[in-house]
Amino acid sequence: MKIVVCIKQVPDSTAKMTVEGGKVSWGDAPLIMNPWDEYAVEAALQQKEALGGTVTAISIGDESTREALKRALAMGADDAILISDPALGYLDTQATAAVLAAAIKKIGAVDAAFFGRQAIDADAGLVPVQTARLLGWPALTLASVIKIEGANVRVERGIEEGRQIVTSKLPVVFSLTKDFGEPRYPSFMGIRKAARAEIPSWSLSGLGIPAPVSVIAWSEITNPPVKEITCEFITGASPEEIAETLATKILAEKVL
Amino acid sequence: MNTLVFIDHFKGNALPASWEAVGVGKTLGNVTALICGSGVEALAKTAFEFGVDEVLLADDPALADYRAEAFAATLSKLAAERTPDLLLFPTTTRGRELAGMAAIDLKTGVMVDVTALEAAGDKITVTRPIYAGKLLTKETCSAKPQIITLRGRAFPKPPQQAGKSGTLTKVPATAGDFPTKVEGYTTSESGVSLADANVIVSGGRGVSNNPALTPPAGLDEKAAEIWRAQQGFALVKGLAESLGAAVGASRAAVDGGYISYAHQVGQTGKVVSPDVYIALGISGAIQHLAGMRTSKVIVAINKDPEAPIFKLARYGVVGDLFQLVPALTAAFKKKMGK
Ligand SMILES: Cc1cc2nc3c(=O)[nH]c(=O)nc-3n(C[C@H](O)[C@H](O)[C@H](O)COP(=O)(O)OP(=O)(O)OC[C@H]3O[C@@H](n4cnc5c(N)ncnc54)[C@H](O)[C@@H]3O)c2cc1C
Ligand SMILES: Nc1ncnc2c1ncn2[C@@H]1O[C@H](COP(=O)(O)O)[C@@H](O)[C@H]1O
Repeated sequence: MKIVVCIKQVPDSTAKMTVEGGKVSWGDAPLIMNPWDEYAVEAALQQKEALGGTVTAISIGDESTREALKRALAMGADDAILISDPALGYLDTQATAAVLAAAIKKIGAVDAAFFGRQAIDADAGLVPVQTARLLGWPALTLASVIKIEGANVRVERGIEEGRQIVTSKLPVVFSLTKDFGEPRYPSFMGIRKAARAEIPSWSLSGLGIPAPVSVIAWSEITNPPVKEITCEFITGASPEEIAETLATKILAEKVL
Repeated sequence: MNTLVFIDHFKGNALPASWEAVGVGKTLGNVTALICGSGVEALAKTAFEFGVDEVLLADDPALADYRAEAFAATLSKLAAERTPDLLLFPTTTRGRELAGMAAIDLKTGVMVDVTALEAAGDKITVTRPIYAGKLLTKETCSAKPQIITLRGRAFPKPPQQAGKSGTLTKVPATAGDFPTKVEGYTTSESGVSLADANVIVSGGRGVSNNPALTPPAGLDEKAAEIWRAQQGFALVKGLAESLGAAVGASRAAVDGGYISYAHQVGQTGKVVSPDVYIALGISGAIQHLAGMRTSKVIVAINKDPEAPIFKLARYGVVGDLFQLVPALTAAFKKKMGK
């Protein structure tokens, strides 16, 4: 199995986000591997462990993104590639997908590409299906169980109504949810290996594609209006009395 | 403006956000709806009642089960032929992925999970939350058609007018040799779906914390905790039932094994926006708030007066949920005449 896992580096989920002069800032919060992508790395590693092969982590980003790739290496990925180019600044999802699809083609003979469900910065959840579409591969999204036998794949995937069981043929794109199971922590050995690893960097000319054109523009970013809420604390002599008052108040909101 | 709306349904039951999309389309002009499935003509009638002008009905056994590739091929072909200005989808699992695929096929972009929009001529500017709702961005798309997915419950459902009709056009499914096959379904453990719920009652780690309970002998520590939590979640579910509400949970409750991931609300769970959200034994970590901060009325019961959830709550009770929840269930049952 030749496996690729696509990861993005994002500000930590606890970061306080602000906008100054139209630019997004996360203060001194650390940059981390997109939490959903940890499940993708875990799923990729489990397939490798079951079937043999290699796992290559790839990411489009600036030099700092090497840290996220190192985490993938420390978790157990065999190698990592940074895709970095001055022409790759802000990218919308279809532009991102175009670059990832080109990279997957260049890596060559890939059997499966693993993605996170969505990136917690722009919260789009589109890159996996869009990359699949560009590659002409089936997209098996929101997978919680993956079984590969030969060229056959069987997944259980989360949908609103429960789970859908789908079969398909390699090569495919997977996106993963938390249902798959907890991602592993990097091992001590893994961290040492990752610290020493040389991560090659590919540019657009190396990929042999022109700079992708983003069609989605962010024209104005704002902090959402602060809701002025003061909590009304309900008190009373007994739980029954409190419950009575609270139920009356909620019903008076006329939303039920 | 001409809008094509994808009607998302499961076995003929439309997801309500599909009708919300029809409502948005109607405020902009003419609405054509695409219904894909097998034996789903009855949905066309409902679509007309919600205001759709024309229904494109791709009714074919090959579309009996949702498969992204087969649906996307049919959708993209029709969109290419009919050149709508705008494609609208509900932000559902299927809606999101079809929007993404159609954008590639039609060489355009997607404005995803949109909560507000305005049109100037045929150019649309949307507003959508990013960074788990910590920021809002305005977004535009320079290519055509514009593709938008709408967050559920962010737009009103249009009134349904019985007997209203429109033009029904039967269209073929785009045949293709798609390698994916649907083998079956395992349905979720019942209940109201979180995304559509008017009312959500959620439990957190606090729900496992009833010292008054003695677990059956022979359980190890972890099993005893889960046993305690399940007794606690029975109270959560009881309150939810009295309100016809869906059951949610914090990640701590899900990771603790108290309830399945399908119930998780938050940044790495579901984003919900009900009219009433009742948080029981949930502290209100930023990642939990990310999933429910847009709820209209938030109610919190927590024994810690400093719990951050109270900063977002309209009503709060500082106290023991194991005493308060049964009393609240009884109070609602009485008041709502059940
Ligand atoms: C990348 C990432 C993603 C995450 N995504 C999510 C997510 O999607 N959703 C999510 O919820 N969390 C998420 N988290 C976890 C989040 O940070 C918190 O750990 C979690 O929300 C805490 O859950 P809790 O409020 O149930 O538990 P706690 O924080 O332990 O709170 C329990 C509360 O119960 C109260 N309590 C205890 N006993 C009682 C009683 N008898 N009566 C009343 N109150 C009582 C306590 O006072 C306390 O406030 C994420 C974290 C990370 C790092
Ligand atoms: N810049 C990137 N580099 C590599 N993978 C990415 C990048 N952006 C997104 N992805 C992958 O696509 C998934 C979904 O991203 P998105 O559609 O942007 O929410 C992520 O979880 C990653 O697996």
